Amino acid sequence: MKVTIDDIEVEVEAGTSILNAARKIGGEVVPPAMCYYSKLPGTGGKCRTCLVEVAAGSTADPRPMPKLVASCSTPVMDGMIVKNKTSQRVHEGRSAVVEFLLINHPLDCPVCDQAGECNLQDLGYEHGSVKTRYEEERRTFDPIDIGDKIKLHMNRCILCYRCVEVANQLTEKRVHGVMHRGEHAEISTYIEHAIDNEFSGNMIDVCPVGALTDRTFRFKSRVWFLKPMEAECDCTKCAGKVVLWMFGKEIYRVTGRKDQYGEIETIDNKTAWICNECRYDKKDLAKWKVIGPRVIDRHSVISQGKYETSINSPIKKIN
Amino acid sequence: MPNMKRENNIAQTAAEFNGFSKETIAKFNEIKNHFPVGKEKSAIIRMLHLAQTEVGWLSTEAMDAVATFLNIQTIEVYEVATFYTMFHVNPVGKHVFEVCRTGPCMLVGSDQIIDYISEKLNIKVGETTADGEFTLKTVECLGACGYAPVLQCKYKFHENLTKDKVDELIEAYRSGIIEN
Amino acid sequence: MKNRKLLLENVHIPGIETYDVYRKNGGYRSVEKAIKSLTPDEVVEEVKKSGLRGRGGAGFPTGMKWSFLAKPEGIPRYLVCNADESEPGTFKDRYLMEKIPHLLVEGMITASYALGANTSYIYIRGEFMYILHILEKAIAEAYDNGFLGKNILGKGYDLDLFVVPGGGAYICGEETALLESLEGKRGNPRIKPPFPAVKGLWGAPTVVNNVETIAAVVPIVNDGGEAYAAIGIGKSTGTKLISACGNLVKPGVYEIDLGLSIEEFIYGDDYCQGIANNKRLKACVPGGSSVPILPHYLVTKTANGDDRLMSYESLAEGAFASGSMLGSGGFIVFDEDQCIVRNTWNFTRFYAHESCGQCSPCREGTGWMEKVLYRLETGNGNLRDIDLLAEINKKIEGNTICPLGDAAAWPVAAAIRHFRDEFEWHVSHKEEAIKRNYGLSKEPMLA
Repeated sequence: MKVTIDDIEVEVEAGTSILNAARKIGGEVVPPAMCYYSKLPGTGGKCRTCLVEVAAGSTADPRPMPKLVASCSTPVMDGMIVKNKTSQRVHEGRSAVVEFLLINHPLDCPVCDQAGECNLQDLGYEHGSVKTRYEEERRTFDPIDIGDKIKLHMNRCILCYRCVEVANQLTEKRVHGVMHRGEHAEISTYIEHAIDNEFSGNMIDVCPVGALTDRTFRFKSRVWFLKPMEAECDCTKCAGKVVLWMFGKEIYRVTGRKDQYGEIETIDNKTAWICNECRYDKKDLAKWKVIGPRVIDRHSVISQGKYETSINSPIKKIN
Repeated sequence: MPNMKRENNIAQTAAEFNGFSKETIAKFNEIKNHFPVGKEKSAIIRMLHLAQTEVGWLSTEAMDAVATFLNIQTIEVYEVATFYTMFHVNPVGKHVFEVCRTGPCMLVGSDQIIDYISEKLNIKVGETTADGEFTLKTVECLGACGYAPVLQCKYKFHENLTKDKVDELIEAYRSGIIEN
Repeated sequence: MKNRKLLLENVHIPGIETYDVYRKNGGYRSVEKAIKSLTPDEVVEEVKKSGLRGRGGAGFPTGMKWSFLAKPEGIPRYLVCNADESEPGTFKDRYLMEKIPHLLVEGMITASYALGANTSYIYIRGEFMYILHILEKAIAEAYDNGFLGKNILGKGYDLDLFVVPGGGAYICGEETALLESLEGKRGNPRIKPPFPAVKGLWGAPTVVNNVETIAAVVPIVNDGGEAYAAIGIGKSTGTKLISACGNLVKPGVYEIDLGLSIEEFIYGDDYCQGIANNKRLKACVPGGSSVPILPHYLVTKTANGDDRLMSYESLAEGAFASGSMLGSGGFIVFDEDQCIVRNTWNFTRFYAHESCGQCSPCREGTGWMEKVLYRLETGNGNLRDIDLLAEINKKIEGNTICPLGDAAAWPVAAAIRHFRDEFEWHVSHKEEAIKRNYGLSKEPMLA
């Protein structure tokens, strides 16, 4: 099937979503996604940040679609013409979604562990406005512990449902979920159940914001001060392929290896989810075989902190 | 719910719950048969109604029992119970007055009715009387707009409310003339 | 012909809720006719010919919806009746089900036969638990008399029919949310495509129809699609149940021929008999709370000066600039004393309360609008807020998973369009605004 996105044509299989077709092209035409996670079937469609304009439905029926559509959950048709970057409506729609996501989101980036690798922060940079128009009181919840390793800051949650799917798909027994509804909807364990499962820590990796954070790493350091290193170990439970976030010789944090879209990489045809033992209990360098530095290229704040893009180039010019 | 209600949210386990009655269990089994094999989870909402009718509210114990009965995770029951507004996941009084406050009812005076009940029972919306008899709640459209103002108590509709009618109603429930 | 009734003709006959009386008055003829002398496709054809449009609010042609149903071999198909009547202003289905339950049961059997469904469900809102019992009684009688169960009328067609209650959620009136709820989950609308006609209940092809739509199948099969299409005006064929409420002398459920003039409906002796307490008409929401409000001068006449009629087309005349929609037929009338700002706030609170919270524009946007409107209503607003509201609702509209976002946005947009001066008055006359609206000065009723 041929589909054109922002004037770039790409050939994809039937059933591919617009978003995945755009990812095949790569670069700027890829819509952002906060809730869709290609490795977790059933996610997507909720956050509405990936809205795109369909200027022509297909060769057979070239009528435009009246509303913007969620690119993550709309399959392509042969001859479909999609506008993402090139559509003013998309730009407005996306700014609207970002504004909505931010009205109740706390401005606590300075103390949030996710800062620097936060999808919402990135979106805010690209589509947000400098000033909020929201004069009402923000919705607040108290932070709670989900087990002894995960902290839930419901204030920051954007209800992407990814962590619910992780629990559904990677663990045998889900104990947390979405309670209540509307603006009162929240991720909760309802009664203080501990999440006790070998793969539960992956909820932290899939969280697009700082709602779920690693309690073994909380407030230890800003991510941009740390050096990400690819490493592996022989693990009986998972593939053992991780990123170590280091300061000197010390391991501050262990996460899965995320690709440019913030998703855990596929290694040997399997999503390389990591087990809780690798994540929380192997902070000793002797337990790992370090492969080399990990390139992190997507997130605005981390990238800026490395002084690799914006300042390096003028220096080169001077030289 | 956001902060104001979180305290209550952590279930109060004081309720006495010793399992469901034989009749309720029989009803559970009957309802399960309305759905194809493997799709019994569909029975959950009706079971929660029955559970609430028997216990008076949906305690975690009651919800856990429903989960066991359907062979699903307890969280799946909590998710459903907290989504639908008819389910009381916190203890309530013996009679719960759920007064409609949406547009068509408001046009013909539901605000005044709510205020009147509140005064009469000396409780605010959301509260229960000290004797545990009445809880006053406001709800959104009950689908009785032509007979407004309207309130629902358990599954009974009381329509075309006036202050006099409210007086009668409270009396009737208090004295047991209207049974739940 | 005036006052012709296709659905409610027999509603006042004592005992009509029982099988015997219903049957004696011509009940279950459509089942006999369909199963004995028509193929399922022929029934679908009659419904297509009738021009019947979905009575739940969207007005989509029912025959077309039925013909979209996928029919793969070896997979069951389902018919689900949407009896989750929750749109403020709408109480017609409740009336029909309570008074003449066998009509719905009969319609379900005939429609299920047409669609080839062997198990069908009526999903009814939990608040109507007493009607669930009425329907279950009617269904039991239909089983006893051989209209449900195995080998109906000896023609080899099997059908089981069950009633399933909801638990209190407006959103379950949206068909995919209804299916989620019917599967025992939270009523979160599904992402479409796939549509229910391809993947519905438990992944099987499913048709979801409103109570009144299903009931209308009975006269259509009895008298033929053409006879039904002869009633009404243009593409608005047949009769429609209108539930009238608000400040009227005689609110209630009326069956009208589509095409009746709105003037006659509001003021006619056979209908609502005018505005209550000798007051004047201020505004009207003609199709349930989700549709745009009309100021008095656009209620009985369109912007062109034509008579406004009860039909899908006439009510939409002038689009959103000066028209509205027939919607579900929830006709809400406001007298001269009503406050539009207060009512808009009230409706918005309703949508904020009923948002499922799945997608961000609706979850955050409805709550935001509610708070801004509350400020305006209580005298704490400023002129900027009115523009802000207009902008928020533009940002919700069209960007959500399901139509609840649009339904929340339209009433606000229309209220500001037609009654902007009243919003401004709330800003310029803060204290009077507070005093004027009883109740608020005491205990604000927030969610």
